[in-house]
Amino acid sequence: MSSYEARFQVWRGDASGGGLADFTVEVNDGEVVLDIVHRLQATQAPDLAVRWNCKAGKCGSCSAEINGRPRLMCMTRMSVFDRDETVSITPLRAFPVVRDLVTDVGYNYRKAREVPAFVPPAGLAPGEYRMSQEDVERSQEFRKCIECFLCQDVCHVVRDHEENKRAYAGPRFLMRIAELDMHPLDAAAEKGLDRGRAAQDEHGLGYCNITKCCTEVCPEGIRITDNALIPLKERAVDRKYDPLVWLGSRIRRRSS
Amino acid sequence: MSVVDRQEWDVVVVGAGGAGLRAAIEARERGARTAVICKSLFGKAHTVMAEGGIAAAMANANEHDSWQVHFRDTMRGGKFLNQWRMAELHAREAPDRVWELETWGALFDRTKDGRISQRNFGGHEYPRLAHVGDRTGLELIRTLQQKIVSLQQEDAERTGDHEARLKVFQECTVTRILKDTASEGGSAAGRVGGVFGYERETGRFFVLEAPAVVVATGGIGKSFKVTSNSWEYTGDGHALALLAGAPLLNMEFVQFHPTGMVWPPSVKGILVTESVRGDGGVLRNSENKRFMFDYVPDVFKEKYAESEEEADRWYDDPEHNRRPPELLPRDEVARAINAEVKEGRGSPHGGVFLDVSTRMPAEVVRRRLPSMYHQFKELADVDITAEAMEVGPTCHYVMGGIAVESDTAAARGVPGLFAAGEVAGGMHGSNRLGGNSLSDLLVFGRRAGWHAAQYARGLADRRPRVDDAQVNTASAEALRPFSARTEGEAGPPENPYTLHQELQQTMNDLVGIIRREGEMEQALHRLAELRVRARRAGVEGHRQFNPGWHLALDLRNMLLVSECVARAALERTESRGGHTREDHPAMDRGWRNVNLLCALADPGGTLAGTDPARGQIRLTRETTEPVRPDLLALFEKEELVKYLAEEELYE
Amino acid sequence: MATGTESQPDSGGVRGRTRAAIAAPHLRTDRWWLAPAVTAAGLLAFVVYSTWRAFSNAHYYAAPYVSPFYSPCLAENCRTMRAGPNAEVFGSWWALSPAIIILIFPLGFRLTCYYYRKAYYRSFWASPPACAVAEPHRGYTGETRFPLILQNVHRYFFYAALLVAGVLTYDTVLAFRDPYYHWGHMGLGTLVFLANIVLIWAYTISCHSCRHIVGGKLRHFSRHPVRYRAWQFVGRLNAHHMLLAWASLVSVALADFYVYLVASGVFDDPRFF
Repeated sequence: MSSYEARFQVWRGDASGGGLADFTVEVNDGEVVLDIVHRLQATQAPDLAVRWNCKAGKCGSCSAEINGRPRLMCMTRMSVFDRDETVSITPLRAFPVVRDLVTDVGYNYRKAREVPAFVPPAGLAPGEYRMSQEDVERSQEFRKCIECFLCQDVCHVVRDHEENKRAYAGPRFLMRIAELDMHPLDAAAEKGLDRGRAAQDEHGLGYCNITKCCTEVCPEGIRITDNALIPLKERAVDRKYDPLVWLGSRIRRRSS
Repeated sequence: MSVVDRQEWDVVVVGAGGAGLRAAIEARERGARTAVICKSLFGKAHTVMAEGGIAAAMANANEHDSWQVHFRDTMRGGKFLNQWRMAELHAREAPDRVWELETWGALFDRTKDGRISQRNFGGHEYPRLAHVGDRTGLELIRTLQQKIVSLQQEDAERTGDHEARLKVFQECTVTRILKDTASEGGSAAGRVGGVFGYERETGRFFVLEAPAVVVATGGIGKSFKVTSNSWEYTGDGHALALLAGAPLLNMEFVQFHPTGMVWPPSVKGILVTESVRGDGGVLRNSENKRFMFDYVPDVFKEKYAESEEEADRWYDDPEHNRRPPELLPRDEVARAINAEVKEGRGSPHGGVFLDVSTRMPAEVVRRRLPSMYHQFKELADVDITAEAMEVGPTCHYVMGGIAVESDTAAARGVPGLFAAGEVAGGMHGSNRLGGNSLSDLLVFGRRAGWHAAQYARGLADRRPRVDDAQVNTASAEALRPFSARTEGEAGPPENPYTLHQELQQTMNDLVGIIRREGEMEQALHRLAELRVRARRAGVEGHRQFNPGWHLALDLRNMLLVSECVARAALERTESRGGHTREDHPAMDRGWRNVNLLCALADPGGTLAGTDPARGQIRLTRETTEPVRPDLLALFEKEELVKYLAEEELYE
Repeated sequence: MATGTESQPDSGGVRGRTRAAIAAPHLRTDRWWLAPAVTAAGLLAFVVYSTWRAFSNAHYYAAPYVSPFYSPCLAENCRTMRAGPNAEVFGSWWALSPAIIILIFPLGFRLTCYYYRKAYYRSFWASPPACAVAEPHRGYTGETRFPLILQNVHRYFFYAALLVAGVLTYDTVLAFRDPYYHWGHMGLGTLVFLANIVLIWAYTISCHSCRHIVGGKLRHFSRHPVRYRAWQFVGRLNAHHMLLAWASLVSVALADFYVYLVASGVFDDPRFF
C-alpha cells in the first residue's frame, strides 16, 4: 500500500466571506475525497463543516464541487487525480453558503413542496393496485434519485441567475413531475390537474435549454434530460403546439 | 445564558428514518400537531441504505405464504428470544403497511400479473421481500418523505402554512428528553415533557415541549470500527431513553452482517446486500470451496441443502429442493466467514469470496444488482460481473434497544415516551432476519405514532410543563466541550476524533463478533478510561456547524451504549444469534426466557457523579412472558425442543 | 435552518452575495472549452459549406445523382432530372437557387433538434459554455418567450423531415440507374447515397419527438405492446442521437460534395456494374 502527501484547497468561511485554504494531507490507496476531508477534520481542522452520511453514494449528502465540478465527495476516488495536482474542494456554488462546505439547500425543499403529490386512484383499495413492470420502469428510473441536488447546482438557469429560482423548479423537480405524469395509476387528471401543462406554466420547464449538465453530473446515471425533461417538453407540445393533435381535437370536437 | 426558544407541539418524533416518518404521518393523521427532528437533511436517513426489501407475507410469489409462516421464520431467526407479541403484530400487519405505501406513490418491482414482486432472503421460507432493485430503502424513505410533503400541502391549502400541523426540523440534534415538572411527585411524576436540542447549522438551542415523544433514532453502529452504518448511528435514542429513565433490553445482541466490503480500507464495512446471495451468489474460500455446507447448525439441518446440486436446483424449483446454506440467517453466515478467515482460508484482504460472476451472465448481474455493480465499480474498481467480490462481517444492526410495550410501542417506565424501529428492542430477539427491519419500521412506526397521538390527546388539558432548571442543565451539558480547556480538570483537552477512534477500536476488538470474558472485562475497563477522558473532550471554533462539537456531544451516547453492550454481553453466558461467546459456544435453553435490562446506575440522570470504575449501567434480569399457546402451536414439537426448556414445553 | 423558506433575489450568479465567496467564475482544471470549441468549429464549417453550395445554384445534378441539398427541386429553374424529384411548384418567378426552398425544412429540423440546441446553446451562446462554468449573460429566460419559444415547433419540422427523408430515399433508389437511366446499376455514388440515407433515417427516427410520438406519450405500455417495442427501438437509437446528428450532417455534406465533384467534372463516378 502506498501513501503520499497531496495538496488541497478547501473553501472555508461563511456567508460573510471566506476563501480557499491550503492543506497538505496524507492520501492512502483506495481513498476517496471524503476520506481526505475526514482526515483534515481529525488532524488539522476539527471544526471544518461538511455534510455526509452514508459514504457509499446512496444518500446524496456529501455534494460539493471538486476541481470546479459538482460531485459526491464519497464517490470521487483520489486515484482520478495526478499526485502533484492541487485539488480544490468548494461548497455548491448555486446555493447560499452556510459554513465551509455546507450550503443552504432550502431552495430544493421549497420546490419539492410546490409539486402536487401523487393522487391515488379512486376505487382502488390498498393491495388492489396492479401495474406492469414495463409501465413502472420509467418512473422507477427517476425514483433512483438520491436528492444530492448536484443537478440543481449545476443547472445554469439558477446557478447563474438567482432571480430564476422563483419561477424554475430545476431538473430534480421537473423530473419529479415527469415521474408522476408517467405513473401508471396517478389520478391527477381526474382531479383536473394537468401535470404536463403545469410543468410549463408553473414550474418553469421553458427555462430548461436542454444543455444536459444535469445528466452529466447525476451520480445515479439517470438520463434526466432525455427521459424526463424532453418528454415533458414533448407533452407540453402535445397540448399546445402540435398541428395534428390540434387538428384532431378540432375535428373530434366538431363531430361530437 | 441566552433565552432558549420554546415551541409547543403534541407529538415530537426524534429521527426521520422509516420509523420516525411513519410515526409522524400516523400522529398527524390522527390529529396531533407533530414535529419531526432529524440530524441530517430530510430524506437522508440511514434507511436509504437498506437494499434488499421489505418482508411481508403478501403471498404474491408463493401462495403458501401467510403471516403465520412469517411469524415462525422471525421467531426462528431470533432464536425464540423475540418479544413474541411484537413478532406476531409485525407478521400480521406488514402486508397492509406495504400496500399502503403504494397508495402514497411507491413503485415496487412487479410480478407478471402486476402485483408486487417478492424475492428470497436469508431465513425466510418463501420469497417475501417487496423490493425495488437493490434500493428498497431509498424508495421507502422517498415515499414517506413525499407523503409528509403531501400532508403539508393539505395543511397549506387549509391554513396557508405548510408547517402548521407537521414540521420537519432538519439538521437538529436532541441531547436530552425533558420531564414534566408541573406537579412534582404527583401523578405527573416522570412524565415526558419535551426535548432539548440544538440546531447544527447555528448551534442555537431549542426546546420543543410535548406530552409525547417518539424516539426513532436507529442504531449504534458508529461505536464499532467496521460498520455499515452512517455517522448518525451514535446510539442517541438509546442514550436519551436511558437518561430519561427507560431501560434498554438485550443490548448484547448486535448483528454483524456477513457481507461487508473489506477493501479498499476507506470503504471497509460498506454493505453488500444479501440479495446477492438470494439471487444466486455463492460464498467461496481461498480453496474455491463453497464452505457454507460445513456450517449448517443442527437446528436448521432439515431446511437447508446438503449438496451444491440440490442448492443450485432450489433457485428454479424451491418447492422440491432445500435452500442453499448461503441463505442461513445472518449470524450463522457471519460466524462461518469469521471461522474461515481465522483458519487461514480467507481472501487476500481478509475476507472470503462472494461470487456472482460465474453464476449468471453479466447482463443479468447488471440488471438485478445495479447498485452493487455500481458500488464495486466506483469504490473498489472491481467488476463484479467478471470477478468475485471480497466480503467479510460488518457491524450492521442492534437487536437490543429500548424496552417497549408490544402493542403501543410505549417505552417501559417513562409515560409519554415511545420508541420504534431499530432503537426499540425485543422484536427481533437475538437476531434479525433480512427484510424484517423495513417492515418493523413501518409496523411499529405507525403504532408508535398512533399511541403517541392518543396519549397526547388524553393530556390535552394537562399539558406538561418544563422548568428552566432542566433547560439550563441541558444547555450547560451541551456547552461543556467549549470550556474543556479552561476547566482545569486533570489533563489536557482531548481530541473528540481520537476518542471516537479509540472507542471504535475497543468495541471492534473486544466486544466484536466473537466474544471472550477477559476481553469484555478489558473493554469495560477501557470504556471507563475513555469516559473520564471524554469529559475533557474539547473543541475549537464556535457553535455554527461545528462537527468537532457535535462529535464531542455524541461521545456521551456512544459510551453509554457501548457500556450496555459490553456489560450485557459479559453477563449472558451462552451463544445465541447476534451474541457469540467463545467461552460459552452453545445455545443454552436456560437463557431462552431471560431478558437483560440495562438501566442507569444513577437514576437522577446526571452522569457527573457516576463512579468511573463501576460504570454508569446496572443490569437486571427478567423472565420473559411465555409464548401464547396458539402461537407456539404453529411449530412442530421437535423444533421447540431445541429451543425451549422442559418446563416451558409442558406449561 | 436549511429549510428556511425565505429566498432573497440576487442576480449575481455564482459570484452573488449569498454564495461562497470565490472570485473565479469556475474552478475547472480540465479542458472544458474543448468540446464547445470543436462543436462550434464543426457547425461553422458546415454552415459555410452549405451556404456556398445552396447559393451556388450549380453542379447539383450528375445523372443519376441529385444533391440532397437540391432535392426535391421545386422551382422552374431546376435542372431537369429524368424521373427525378422535380416539380415546378414555384413556377418561374423564383429566381434564387432552388435549394433555398427546400433546405428550410432540414435546416429547421436540425435547428430545433434537441441535440443541436444543446450544441449551439453551449458553443455559440455560451449558455452555459460548459457545466459549472459561469455564463456571461446578465439575464436568462431560456425558451420561455419569443423567439426561443418557437423551438416547440420541432414537431412540425419532424413531420416535414419525414417527407424530406422520403424524397431522399427516392433519390437513392434512382441512384441505382446508370447515367443513361437504365436500371440495375451501381456506382460509388450509389454507395455514398446509401450510406447517407441510412444515416438520415437513423437521425430522423432517433429524434426525441419521434420517440414521444411512437410511444413515449403513452401512460400504459402494457396495453400497447407494438408501440412499446417501437418506443424501445427508437429509444435505443435515441441514445446515440448526438452521434447520428453529426454522422448524418457529415454524410449529407459528403453526398452533396460527391455530386458536386462529379457534376463539375473533377472526376467520373466509378461504376461497379
